Amino acid sequence: MRERRSTLHHRFLSTSALHLLLVALSLTMVLPFLWMVLTSLKPVAEVGLENWLPRKPKWDNYAEVFRVIPFARFYWNSLFVAAWVTFLTVFTSSLAAFSFARLRWPGRDKVFLLYLSTTMLPGLVTMLPNYQIMIKLGLVDTFAGLILPAGFTALGTFLLRQFMLTIPSSLDEAAEMDGASKWRIYWDIILPLSRPGVIALTIFTFIGNYHSFFWPLVMLKSVHRYTLPIGLLFFDTSRGQSTHLIMAAVTMSVLPMIVLFVVLQKYLVKGIQLGAIKG
Amino acid sequence: MHSKPHRQLRLGLAFLAPNILGFLIFTIVPVALSFALAFTNWDLRLHNRFQNEPLRFIGLDHFVQLTTHPDFWRFLGNTLFLMMGIPLAIAGSLIAAILLSQDLRGGNRKVFGALVGGAVLLASVVMLTVVGAGGSAMLIVMSGLACGILLLGVLGGTTVYRTLFYVPHFTSGVAIFILWKKLYSPHTGPINAALAPLLDALGLQPPEWLTQYHWAKPALMIMSLWAAIGSNNMLLYLAGLSNVSPELHEAAEIDGASAWQKFWNVTWPQLAPVTFYIVVISVIGGLQGGFEMARAMTQGGPAGATTTLSYFIYTEGFETGRLGSASAIAWMMFLMVFVVTLGNWKFGSRYVND
Repeated sequence: MRERRSTLHHRFLSTSALHLLLVALSLTMVLPFLWMVLTSLKPVAEVGLENWLPRKPKWDNYAEVFRVIPFARFYWNSLFVAAWVTFLTVFTSSLAAFSFARLRWPGRDKVFLLYLSTTMLPGLVTMLPNYQIMIKLGLVDTFAGLILPAGFTALGTFLLRQFMLTIPSSLDEAAEMDGASKWRIYWDIILPLSRPGVIALTIFTFIGNYHSFFWPLVMLKSVHRYTLPIGLLFFDTSRGQSTHLIMAAVTMSVLPMIVLFVVLQKYLVKGIQLGAIKG
Repeated sequence: MHSKPHRQLRLGLAFLAPNILGFLIFTIVPVALSFALAFTNWDLRLHNRFQNEPLRFIGLDHFVQLTTHPDFWRFLGNTLFLMMGIPLAIAGSLIAAILLSQDLRGGNRKVFGALVGGAVLLASVVMLTVVGAGGSAMLIVMSGLACGILLLGVLGGTTVYRTLFYVPHFTSGVAIFILWKKLYSPHTGPINAALAPLLDALGLQPPEWLTQYHWAKPALMIMSLWAAIGSNNMLLYLAGLSNVSPELHEAAEIDGASAWQKFWNVTWPQLAPVTFYIVVISVIGGLQGGFEMARAMTQGGPAGATTTLSYFIYTEGFETGRLGSASAIAWMMFLMVFVVTLGNWKFGSRYVND
């Protein structure tokens, strides 16, 4: 009996120590964000002070951001571009994945290997000539020029193919007996069953393009077409001294991501672990 | 009437078409072009509407020029220097994953009750002391935050901490780089403000971080570490740890193994495939990385201290207009990535089959 009490006691102490360690680590992760929010509420004169808290929260900083730069426009541009890229990627990848995972055709596996091997190429290799192609097509400084090169990826196809391979083939065979076309099998059976994979790909593509930086940076010339990252960079370069306003803008671009993550983390965590399964 | 394989081929290609057509135009064609460009003298300063020098095939000239140019080696050195943070980041992810995979509820209802009680008690004592002793508003906010995290963590367990650890990685991008640029600001930033008492006591000058040649790279590395601990690597390790068979641990425990021995002889070997995968992905990413943070925080400076290979490609290709040379650098980068990938194929299967 005494022994059991002492193990409980030991367990209580070690678990408490563990929690304190985790809290310390969490604080290092959270403090930059705390400083960001508190600074965004300060008047400019208080920015450099050692006290992180504003004497009186100045909520007007947030409205001010919209007055000095077309921030709502940047927001909209980012969402618009990311949504289109995501739609294109998920739709075309799921079709291609269906072809690679569920259809039989001569040369399929060779084509797949060739296709997959391109994922080894650094993105920078294609960006230089792509930019020249965009000049020829007249797509520089347009949304189409941002969306099209990002909308057809091998990685998305790979992820969904891995997922579709885990669905038992007896399902397609049964449907085929009933006279279902391949399109019906794709649309009514395989796609719904691949939902976790599709959701993970949707989230990753969307987030990736919300953060997208290099390509928009070289493509966009007019301020009213800037996406959020380019807009933030422009804001920081042109008004670097207004730390309080820049922090308000940063807060507004980071906050939706945090909310999104907390809401969707179940799918995300699974999707990341799924993506690492090698095929 | 078509034969069956012919019909199958048409059907297979029909499903493939939307993706593969876009892929051909925006990936395959550019790759071929870029490869050809690397051997030509294409330079926007020579070929434009005012001047039209003929486009010439110049063989390996770009590659020879690059490898004899000190800048190339310096920027490759910068890239490799920044990559020295990778082992630290991986170790951090592993430690975080190990902490998170412990039983945070004490494994027993009684212990859990005591933990909740203890946390509430600790939080109230801390808050009462801080407020009662007339601590500054900032101290009250900080301790409030710590106590809040503790209470949430004790009640919510792994999920709460995992979320907090993952947020820096998830939000990482230009916005976060600009935030850190302000944190590093030598005179108005909170990092130097926090370091000031310590540095004063030691009689040292505060670092100017991003604007000082020798501090710029470490500054970027510290920020990257902050964002990398709770990254996907941590999630992969968490998944890996949950697959380590408990029987092995129990067997080791019966043999009287210490915690360190259990980790080193049981857990670590079982995590080898995950670690291998993470190392390969991080090295490939590291070779191609550094552009975004350098562009947002230092513009590759001061004096090129934070210019990585990817930044070099950007300046050569998009600022100077030396497209041929920029393509050559991109292909050198590909070569390095390819060597790592070959290593992955050669040695990776050894771990996976175990």
